[in-house]
Amino acid sequence: MTGPMLRLEGLVKRFGGLVATDALTLDVVPGELHALIGPNGAGKTTVIGQIAGELRQDEGRILFEGAEITRLSTPQRVRRGLARSFQITQLLEDDTALDNVALAVQAGQGHGFRFFRDARRDPRLAGPAMEHLAAVGMAGRAQVRVADLSHGEHKQLELAIALATGPRFLLLDEPMAGLGASESKAMTEILRGLKGRITMLLVEHDMEAVFALADRISVLVYGRCIASGPPAEIRENAEVRAAYLAEEEV
Amino acid sequence: MGLVLALLTFAALAAIPLFPDLVGGPATITLFARMILYAIAAVSLNLILGYGGLVSFGHAAYLGLGGYTVGILYAHFISGSPFLGLIPGTNQLLVTVPAAMLVSGLFALAIGALSLRTTGVQFIMITLAFAQMVFFLFVSLKVYGGDDGLIVRRPNVLFDLNLRDTTTMYYIGLVALAAYVWLVARIVRSRFGRVLTGLRQNERRMAAIGISTYRYKLVAFVIAGMGAGLAGALMANLQRFVSPDMLAWTKSGELMIMVILGGAGSLIGPIWGAIALVGMETALAGWTEHWQFWLGPILICIVLFARGGLYGFVASLLKRDGR
Repeated sequence: MTGPMLRLEGLVKRFGGLVATDALTLDVVPGELHALIGPNGAGKTTVIGQIAGELRQDEGRILFEGAEITRLSTPQRVRRGLARSFQITQLLEDDTALDNVALAVQAGQGHGFRFFRDARRDPRLAGPAMEHLAAVGMAGRAQVRVADLSHGEHKQLELAIALATGPRFLLLDEPMAGLGASESKAMTEILRGLKGRITMLLVEHDMEAVFALADRISVLVYGRCIASGPPAEIRENAEVRAAYLAEEEV
Repeated sequence: MGLVLALLTFAALAAIPLFPDLVGGPATITLFARMILYAIAAVSLNLILGYGGLVSFGHAAYLGLGGYTVGILYAHFISGSPFLGLIPGTNQLLVTVPAAMLVSGLFALAIGALSLRTTGVQFIMITLAFAQMVFFLFVSLKVYGGDDGLIVRRPNVLFDLNLRDTTTMYYIGLVALAAYVWLVARIVRSRFGRVLTGLRQNERRMAAIGISTYRYKLVAFVIAGMGAGLAGALMANLQRFVSPDMLAWTKSGELMIMVILGGAGSLIGPIWGAIALVGMETALAGWTEHWQFWLGPILICIVLFARGGLYGFVASLLKRDGR
């Protein structure tokens, strides 16, 4: 495929007087892992929300695989292969890890207007769901209730659910946030395994992970993209260092 | 454990008319029949309130619509003139009950289609407002008795059964309850039910996995409305009377209390809730005129001290000892 997989064109989002996204233009090409970094309050999660369709932008367009998706709802975007994970995990707390993933598998298989067969005993749901759990290293925790899982496991489960929707493009909102060093490494390895197969836009504060994984990095400050390029270039960029990297001491 | 409790509940209910003296004479069977019919309505409300997290404050509307369907069809059966000049009246239970469920389901479809576009407090208020509209519609319909309601002189006909006999009505109600509970049990375990319970827990998550939630809510809303219509149709036969009381917002409140008291989101909790509430109302009313004054604190205590209602309380007791 030629051209970008995801394209943001002049995206603007205002909250009252605050401009959270300021004429943002960004391309993500097929197969790359594109990282979006920036200091706290730079508007990274707001951008993810607009791409996912949870927030409506005030100006600008979003194109996915060449087609405008600006007016599509979140479920419509997901069905086109554009999935997200949440920074603050959004899980079904009363259900097991397997239930959570199986529901996403079910959603991907089409409509859920089937009223009689026991969904938990349906191998067409449990089978793929177990594979996705195994892919994030949680096969042994399938039957544990979400409320009883650790924070790190919640993060892994978030990713498994996003994968279960069968995405071609993944929006990852701080998948490492709150993880310990070893958990962070494990997550980095999982994402490395997905690279190439799934195009990703990664928002992350863990600079070690970002520079280990990203093909390209865009830096967001006050809703504006101040730099975009390969990791080596971003590391040397004076403006970026001034705005951001210096305070993180990379 | 849930299955065992459900079977025990139904076994006990099936046995009640066999020992009329134990429960206080044949007159009490009418009381138990009322409990059974309220249980159907409570189970139907539980599908959307307990499993789906949709706090509908207008569920009595569908109960009353079911009752009025039976009453109005009977009135036209007696007078011989068709309803709206089109639909002939009837007193056949096998016609009136499905008709009542259809009417309630259609109203639920229309009301749900509009109110489910809102959430939270707005949803509570709009379902209440629609139910009040239905209430005032029947209050002002003088043709069908208005304020005074509508008398159904003879109960509907079902084969050669004598529906005047309360024990017969009791068992018809029990079969209907069992059938509806079975249906709800299947639904909540199905793919549809997984979405419904997911909605209650986290609607944002449901959107993020590609599920458009509106249609699921609407279908559940209609299934629940039809269940209340079933209860209302049988209640009209048991009481041989329908009135706007059946549609009142206080009735919607009672149905909600039954669900929460018994255990929202449990299969048979609402049945216990219906039995407990109707039972307590009757017992306290026989004891004092100011029974509502005493019922309030009892309900508050149960809700405060029994998490998950009566069902949650029993389930936690069973879990503690034994396994």
